[in-house]
Amino acid sequence: MTNEFLLVFRRDALSNDNNMSPEQLQAMMKPWQDWMGSLAAQNKLVSSGNRLASDGRVVQPHQVTTNGPYVEIKEAIGGYIIIRAESLDEAAELSKDCPILQVGGNVEVRSIIPMENSI
Amino acid sequence: MLKCAVLSLWKTAFSLPLKPFMEEAELIPHLFRTEYRKIISVLCKFLGLEHIKIAEDIVSDTFLLAAETWGQKGLPKNPTAWLYTVSKNKAYDVLKRHKIFTEKIVREIQLDSEHIAENNIDLSKENIVDSQLQMMFAICHPAIGIEAQIGLSLSILCGFGVEEIADAFLSNKDTIYKRLARAKEKLKSEQIKLELPPAHDISKRLETVLTTLYLLFSEGYYSSSQNTILRKDLCMEAMRLNLMLTEHEATNSPATNALLALMCFHASRFDARTHQNGDIILYEEQDESLWNQELISRGEHYLNRASTGSVLSKYHLEAAIAYWHTHKNDTPEKWENILQLYNRLLQIEYSPIAALNRTYALSKANGKTEAIREAEKLNLQENHLYHSLLGTLYMDIDKQKAQMHLKTAMDLAKTTADKKTIQSKLDASF
Repeated sequence: MTNEFLLVFRRDALSNDNNMSPEQLQAMMKPWQDWMGSLAAQNKLVSSGNRLASDGRVVQPHQVTTNGPYVEIKEAIGGYIIIRAESLDEAAELSKDCPILQVGGNVEVRSIIPMENSI
Repeated sequence: MLKCAVLSLWKTAFSLPLKPFMEEAELIPHLFRTEYRKIISVLCKFLGLEHIKIAEDIVSDTFLLAAETWGQKGLPKNPTAWLYTVSKNKAYDVLKRHKIFTEKIVREIQLDSEHIAENNIDLSKENIVDSQLQMMFAICHPAIGIEAQIGLSLSILCGFGVEEIADAFLSNKDTIYKRLARAKEKLKSEQIKLELPPAHDISKRLETVLTTLYLLFSEGYYSSSQNTILRKDLCMEAMRLNLMLTEHEATNSPATNALLALMCFHASRFDARTHQNGDIILYEEQDESLWNQELISRGEHYLNRASTGSVLSKYHLEAAIAYWHTHKNDTPEKWENILQLYNRLLQIEYSPIAALNRTYALSKANGKTEAIREAEKLNLQENHLYHSLLGTLYMDIDKQKAQMHLKTAMDLAKTTADKKTIQSKLDASF
């Protein structure tokens, strides 16, 4: 039986990627596309997920809204995908080739609780 | 010679010339292909889709009569007009004899009046086009299973006989006959009407139509049937129907154009990819002077027309991959593009063949070592193409492993054509 896992990509919030040339962007995209293509070729990609922009808001109780989610944590979520694997161990194994690891980031691997069991 | 054949494939698909010097022996089959679906669509529009069997009988009778009469008396001046008139008259005769209509309709159409008759069965160009489009949507109705959709398309829209369909599907006449009968029953029981879907529904319904055309084309292109002419006909018919969709505003979507581009690029290699005896010639070994440049440029035209809107369909990606394959030279740019297109295609829809092709592109773009590592993750050990690919990848790295994989591929391959391809790779490895 296969299960679904959420992979959350985190990296240093302070890095600023806004000044990249198209060539640099292209060069940065390739390892990601190759890695996702590899997962998809193994029929293990459930959803290509989304990339997240670096700006954000944190809404807190008592009408407090702050800029950016990174006031207290240094790492920001850069994106996520959903994969299919036999076990948490396999999902973690599949994450070891993730390009985020090459730039000092990390991958958080979480089991997704199937809908019918969540009640 | 081979080039001529592709050119004629193209010309028949896109301009339908009726050569005056065409022998009647080939004229009737030709007219059958081109006129069958037109007449049957118009008759069904008139009789109601629930009477599709009657419409089929009328058209078959008409062609039978044509074969007999033209054989004895020679060709009429305008064979197409002859077919229209005869089938029209037969339809009215049938109506008179069988009383298939409710009294109300019978009264309305006043069977004895020539004048009214002409207005009723409308074989004008516009109505022929509209009826055919509506027939495509009726046949590709989501209530009908995909295999039955393809069968019905071949039978009604392409004028293929049960025997030809059985040959294309590598099945037997009985099975196909039953499948078609069930599908027609379904048209009736689901009360499917000959009409275009409402505007809000058309893009969703168009997806089903495109899927059927895609499969129709693939059936011709990849079928292991040895009948090359039949397979070419299948591809040509799929292209013709697809072209019809691009000529109608409501169905002329970017995906429709992308699919037609894909078909043009593939069809451009039709004559280069098989030997005279039907054996497959691998892409790498094809003589590119046999690639049809006219079809390639048509493909580019439709790919440009597909490049609007925001939806990137799998047809766009597959057409772009096929486009890069029309460049014979191995440049890093070519294989990097193909790799990225496969990466995206697989994210939209997984298929074992796309996974294997992606791995081949990976070997060209990123090197064989990485490709072998990726190939071994694929979990397609039961697939002969998987072992054939690993055999190719290992060839310069580990000859023993390469031969081991090719032998496994040999054991798993089912068709003679596949076995021959693998055997020649194996022979070359010693």
